[in-house]
Amino acid sequence: MADKIEKVVIVGAGQAGGEAAIRLRTAGFAGAITLLGDEPLPPYQRPPLSKKYLAGEWPEERLLLRDAAAYESENIALVTGAKAVWIDRTAKTVRTEGLRDLPYDALILATGSRARKLPTPGADLQGVHTLRTAADVDAIRERFHPGAKMVVIGAGYIGLEVAAVAKQHGLDVTVLESAARPLSRVTSPEIAGFLLDAHTAHGVKFRLSAQAAVIIGDTQVTGIGLADGTIVPADIVVVGIGIQPEVAIAQAAGLNTEDGILTDAFTRTSDPAIFAIGDCARRPVSFYDSRVARLESVHNAIEGAKLAAAAITGTAPPVLEVPWFWSDQYDLKLQIAGLFQGYDKVVLRGEPSETGIAAFYFQGDRLIAVDAVNCPAEYLGAKQIIQRAQTVAPAALQDMSTSMKEIVASARPVA
Amino acid sequence: MPKVTYIEHNGKEHTIEVPVGQTVMEGATKHAIPGIDADCGGACACATCHVYVDPAWTDKTGTPSGMEQSMLDFANDVEPTSRLSCQIKVTAELDGLIVRMPDSQH
Repeated sequence: MADKIEKVVIVGAGQAGGEAAIRLRTAGFAGAITLLGDEPLPPYQRPPLSKKYLAGEWPEERLLLRDAAAYESENIALVTGAKAVWIDRTAKTVRTEGLRDLPYDALILATGSRARKLPTPGADLQGVHTLRTAADVDAIRERFHPGAKMVVIGAGYIGLEVAAVAKQHGLDVTVLESAARPLSRVTSPEIAGFLLDAHTAHGVKFRLSAQAAVIIGDTQVTGIGLADGTIVPADIVVVGIGIQPEVAIAQAAGLNTEDGILTDAFTRTSDPAIFAIGDCARRPVSFYDSRVARLESVHNAIEGAKLAAAAITGTAPPVLEVPWFWSDQYDLKLQIAGLFQGYDKVVLRGEPSETGIAAFYFQGDRLIAVDAVNCPAEYLGAKQIIQRAQTVAPAALQDMSTSMKEIVASARPVA
Repeated sequence: MPKVTYIEHNGKEHTIEVPVGQTVMEGATKHAIPGIDADCGGACACATCHVYVDPAWTDKTGTPSGMEQSMLDFANDVEPTSRLSCQIKVTAELDGLIVRMPDSQH
C-alpha cells in the first residue's frame, strides 16, 4: 500500500482474527496490533466444542489456540469482552462499546457468524440451545446427563457430532431433519447413508422429512410438536441448522456484502483499507474457477489470515490450499478435500465397510473432491491431485491393487 | 512439568514446559513457536504438525498409529523418526524430549 501502515485493528478474536494477529508479526509487521473479541476468552478452537469439549474430555483452557501470554510477548493488544459497533471509514476509526474510538491504518474484519435460530414458536424456551461458543456448550452441559432425552434439530455436521457425543454419554437421542436425508447440503447420498447407518447402529433415532412446528413447554422445553402431529419428548434441544455471517458492522459502513462481506482473492473488501476473513467473508476460491464462496472452516480462517497479513505487509501471499474439512463421530474420522458441489459422478474406492468409505467426486473427467471416512491415504492422495490441478481415471481409483501413492504418481493434468 | 525442546529448521531452539496429558503439538502452538502449523488443532486431520523425534527418544515416544502413518506417507521430507506431534502425548517420562521441525509443513 502507498501509505505506511502503523496501526492494525482486528475486529473479532476467533481463529481467523487471532491467526491474523500472529501472522502479521510473522510477516514482519512491527506496528500496533489491537485484537478485539466480544467473547470473554482469548482466541480458541471451535471444532472441539461439539466434540471433546461437549464430551467433557477437554477443559476450557485446552481450547485456547495460544496462551494469553503469547499475545503479550508478540505485543498484540488483545481486548476480550469488547464489541465493535461502528466503523468510521473517513476518520478510519472503529468504535467499541464502552471504549474510545480506535484509529486504524488497516482494519481486518473477522466477525465470524452466529448460529441460525429456529423460527418456530417456543424456540426461546429454556433447554433449547444453539452451539457456536464455549458458553453455549457450558449451558448445554447443565442438562447433559445420562438418560436425558435430547432432540437434535438439523442433521448437519454439528448436529451429528452432538448426537454422537450425547449417545456415547448415555443420553436418549433423536435427530429431526427436514430433508429426506442427513447432510443434504454438504455431502453425497453415499456418505450420508454411511453415517446414517453408523448412528442408527449406535442407537440414535432419526426422523427424516420432519418439520418442527412448535416447541412445547411452560418455561422449560418438554417436547417438540411435529407438523404431522407427532410429539417427540425432549429435556434438551440442540438446534444445528446452519450459521449466518456477522455482516451488520460491514453493512452499516457501506461495504459490499452478499451473504458475507465480499472481498477479492487477497481478502480486500470494497474499501482498500479494510480486509475481511473467516466465516464472515466471501472470496474467489482458486482450484474452482475462482467461484466466489463463503467457506465455514478452519482452513478458510487460517488461509484468510495469511492472505490479509501478506496484503497488509506487502509480503508474498501464501500458497493456496484446496479447501479441507473434517468431522469426528464415534470412532469415525471423516476427512474432506475440495468442493463437491456440481459433481456429476461419484466413485467409491473399494467396498464400504462398517468402519470406512472413500467417495471421490468428478465433474466430467476432473476430480473435484473427496469424502473419506477412516481412509487418510485416500483423503491426502486426492487432496494432492486436486492441489496440483491434476486428475485421475475413475477406474484407477477402483483398482484396489494400486496404492494411493501410485495413483497420485499416475495423475495427469486436467484437460 | 516435563520440558520439551523444539528446534526450528534454522536451528533456533525453544524449550517449553508442557503439561502432562497435552500433546507435543500443543506445547508449540500455545506458545506460538514457528514451524509447527497444526492447522486442525490436533485432530489428526491435516498433517501440518510433522516433527523429527530425536533418535535418543524414539523408544519413549513410540511408533505412529495406522492413521498417523498413512498421513505421514503423504507429508514432505519424511524420515524414519518422523511423527505427527499431535499424536505424541506428553508424559513424565518424556521430560527432556527433543524434536526438530521440517523446512515446511505444506
